[in-house]
Amino acid sequence: MSNDHATLGAAYLADEPRVDWHNKAVFNFRHLRDKVIHANMPEWEEMRSQASAIKQHTLEHLDDYLLQFEAKAKENGVTVHWASTAEEHNQIVYSLIQKAKATRVVKSKSMLTEECQLNPYLEARGVEIIDTDLGERIVQMLDQPPSHIVAPAIHLKKEEISDLFNKELGTEKNNADPTYLTRAARKHLREKFVSAQVGITGGNFLVADSGAVVVVTNEGNADLGCHIPPIQIHCVGIEKMIPRWQDLGLFVRMLAPSAMGLLITVYTSHYMKPKAGGEMHIVLVDNGRSDQLGSVHHRNSLKCIRCSACFNTCPVFRRTGGFSYHTVIGGPIGSILMPNKDINEYKDLPFASSLCGSCSDVCPVKIDIHNQLYKWRQEINAKTTASTSKKIMMSFASKALASNQGMSRINRLIRPMLKSLPRFMIYNRLNAWGKGREMPPVPIETFDQWYKNNRS
Amino acid sequence: MRVGLFIPCYVNLFYPNVGIATLELLEKYGCQVEYPQGQTCCGQPIANSGYESKAKDTYLHFVNTFQKYDYIVAPSGSCTYHVKKHYDIIDQDEKVKRVRSQTYDLTDFLLEIVKVDIADASFPHKVSLHQSCHGLRGLRTASGSERLVTPYNKWEELLSNVKGLQLVQTAIKDECCGFGGTFSIEEPELSVKMGKDKIKDSINSEAEYITSGDMSCLMHLDGVIRRNQYPIKVIHIAEILNSRI
Repeated sequence: MSNDHATLGAAYLADEPRVDWHNKAVFNFRHLRDKVIHANMPEWEEMRSQASAIKQHTLEHLDDYLLQFEAKAKENGVTVHWASTAEEHNQIVYSLIQKAKATRVVKSKSMLTEECQLNPYLEARGVEIIDTDLGERIVQMLDQPPSHIVAPAIHLKKEEISDLFNKELGTEKNNADPTYLTRAARKHLREKFVSAQVGITGGNFLVADSGAVVVVTNEGNADLGCHIPPIQIHCVGIEKMIPRWQDLGLFVRMLAPSAMGLLITVYTSHYMKPKAGGEMHIVLVDNGRSDQLGSVHHRNSLKCIRCSACFNTCPVFRRTGGFSYHTVIGGPIGSILMPNKDINEYKDLPFASSLCGSCSDVCPVKIDIHNQLYKWRQEINAKTTASTSKKIMMSFASKALASNQGMSRINRLIRPMLKSLPRFMIYNRLNAWGKGREMPPVPIETFDQWYKNNRS
Repeated sequence: MRVGLFIPCYVNLFYPNVGIATLELLEKYGCQVEYPQGQTCCGQPIANSGYESKAKDTYLHFVNTFQKYDYIVAPSGSCTYHVKKHYDIIDQDEKVKRVRSQTYDLTDFLLEIVKVDIADASFPHKVSLHQSCHGLRGLRTASGSERLVTPYNKWEELLSNVKGLQLVQTAIKDECCGFGGTFSIEEPELSVKMGKDKIKDSINSEAEYITSGDMSCLMHLDGVIRRNQYPIKVIHIAEILNSRI
């Protein structure tokens, strides 16, 4: 694979100052998370257990809760649509836009519509779709995908955004003042908001007992997008369900600290019924989630509330950047979600980890991410064509290590090589270890030999 | 108590002094220690590469080699974690269950079973602790920075009694060193970069040595240190606890 994580990551790592900058910027979220949780939530671990249990229960009864949600939403005057694939989702959204004869659509932040590739689908059909989250608008202008599920433009420096806005919005050259740039984006987006005929949002939570879609933002853009255009469409994955209003507080309290180290987001919006004279639609999307639910090993991953805490703590993500995962949802959680979608395309991702386990310990809903990475590794070798040389090596190792003579055989093979071969024979392109590291020193005797000589 | 000493494959091959220090430490605290011949490896490299089904014979070999001991002790959090966590794919008969539950990492064993009070070790140096991930988050040898639990740290508890040793704190407390077994050769650029960052953090904290309960992390860090001639050394925790300078 030429576009696998190792290759893309190595390319990113070639620019070390940028890697250091990205590492620091992303780790800052983790640092702020620790600070805000320590200062405000002594009951954090209990909250995690409770949130995980609620999600567990919800997933076990997802069929019932989906029907309850649909019934409530209908009672509220909302039209509910079901999409089993990304294609169906896009078709439904497009048909609603067509019916409204709309040409301009505004959309607040949504990873689901990224997953379904809604923007290119609509653009190919002549619809102008504008992302209204500042980070998403920036990457949309650059024709890039988001590099991080919560901070889509975290990979860009403010100077780069200044250059972009200078070109796209006519801001002053070399003015990289964040407030100045944000005001320019705000003005630009206002014009889009007031002229759009349809507003689309994602959804952080679906509340079964009330039929509400809950969206959190820091910019208020979801609200403008729902309040100004006559038609609002909420596109949400079915796993975002929680049973009751009274469960919502727990999740809202955990989301913002986990994501960016904020105590709470600026806006927590509850969309329940269409505005006077308007329409409200909810598109419930499966797109592979039912398959994941059917997998005993991997269903736990559907508890994810897309907070990005696992991205922010991940030593791999911070140093290789979001694009090295060659998928919409990367990072540790993406590495266990994506192989379910396409095991061949994403067979590298579960290996893009040192299995350090920090992801599982920061996860607010206790997804055992590192265990699932390990399990995916087993499944990938069983189900895909793995590298032959690796397979042969592992077969050799498994035979050698299962016998009494195994270690002495390996010792006899390795020690003389490391001891007497000239440097160029040891350090060459075949030796991945030796690319940036020295081989371990070869001692006079192994422990085995020492023990025989001194103790037995 | 009869202790079976498990020396991880790479320690046997490259770091006999770590094995010797472990053996001497255990003997010093009154354990009757044997190093069973014919031992090989816990099987982790095969399993983490995604071939755990091929590691079953290695698991059985481990269990058969060590079944006769009251405890099995290894100077490695990672190998110990693998036995405890991943040997669930072989039949769980009494023998297997007992070996899994009686296998200990050295630090845990010294504190929890032997209940030592390291008073006669001396190591007059500035040392930074690398909390290996499998020890930290696998065996819970320390509380870690992610969770909100009452802080504890068994490695530091042992090191704090070593005469002359000054434990220095790094800016980022428990980041992975980047070894990760086969990860180190599958993503070598990334693995080395993680190692470099770890080492620089230790150098910035003025440490002369990086210590850890896992020699595999230290083997990787030492490779990066020697390639770049960084002014710092690595040393396994067993060597510190067994040292008298």
